[in-house]
Amino acid sequence: MMEELIDVLLLAALLLVALQVIGSRGLVAAIMTFGAFSLVCAGLFVTLDAVDVAFTEAAVGAGVATLLMLAALQRCGGESEAAPRVHWGALVVVLGVGGLLVWGTLDLPPVGEADNPAHQHVAPRYLEQSGVEIGIPNVVTSVLASYRGFDTLGEVVVIFTAGLGVWLLLSSRRREEGE
Amino acid sequence: MTGLEHYNYWIVIALMMSGLYALIARGNLIRKLIGLNIFQASVFLLYISVGFVRDGAAPILAPGVDSYSNPLPHVLILTAIVVGVATTALGLALAVRIHGAYGTIDDDQLDRQRD
Repeated sequence: MMEELIDVLLLAALLLVALQVIGSRGLVAAIMTFGAFSLVCAGLFVTLDAVDVAFTEAAVGAGVATLLMLAALQRCGGESEAAPRVHWGALVVVLGVGGLLVWGTLDLPPVGEADNPAHQHVAPRYLEQSGVEIGIPNVVTSVLASYRGFDTLGEVVVIFTAGLGVWLLLSSRRREEGE
Repeated sequence: MTGLEHYNYWIVIALMMSGLYALIARGNLIRKLIGLNIFQASVFLLYISVGFVRDGAAPILAPGVDSYSNPLPHVLILTAIVVGVATTALGLALAVRIHGAYGTIDDDQLDRQRD
């Protein structure tokens, strides 16, 4: 019961923070509030039993992403912005899509039931066998590094490609400035 | 709890739609990226909510515990968070580059410069 109450309150807080991020006037304020948003997200992951995800979100989402945005803002300069006005077209699209998605959730099984279809496939095998097969207690680590090691390899390739892209984009800029 | 069994999903959808709104409506490229990040975070929450088992423990094996949350969505989202930051970094680098070439990162001003 207590856990559910925390879940309900944190999710409500998360939505409020997100609306604050989108509605805020200054870019610095938006970025800093976004950092807070990631931190609330991390707290929520703890209440939903995803402790590894919470660590990563707090370090990478709240830390690195916020830092990158501030660094980019410093290079682009904070311009004076007009007060954000309501974009009616976007509002109609968003409300339409959101309505359809909510309609879609009505067919989903309730959150948190142990006999949901999502928990019937490979997860029981991981939970029962990984302690013997891999020999470490943290099942998330076993799945990440062993059972789904190719996913992690793919992830590394993506990060490498992104890093290469950032390096190419920013180094060509420096070259032009030098000429 | 009746009435609340889909609450997580509804908040996820509300977050997703606020991110999408920021992505469409805001002109500033960094603001668009913030919107994209909020959209992303909502997808993370969706997966973690799907993997959640009430009264289950975090998926770290311990003696005397027989109900755990589903570890698979956690693994997928760990990967997604890191990939998300990588794509954000690429987007920000593009914004910096656009600022270097046109002197602005505002959508409307970029459109005006092109005409």
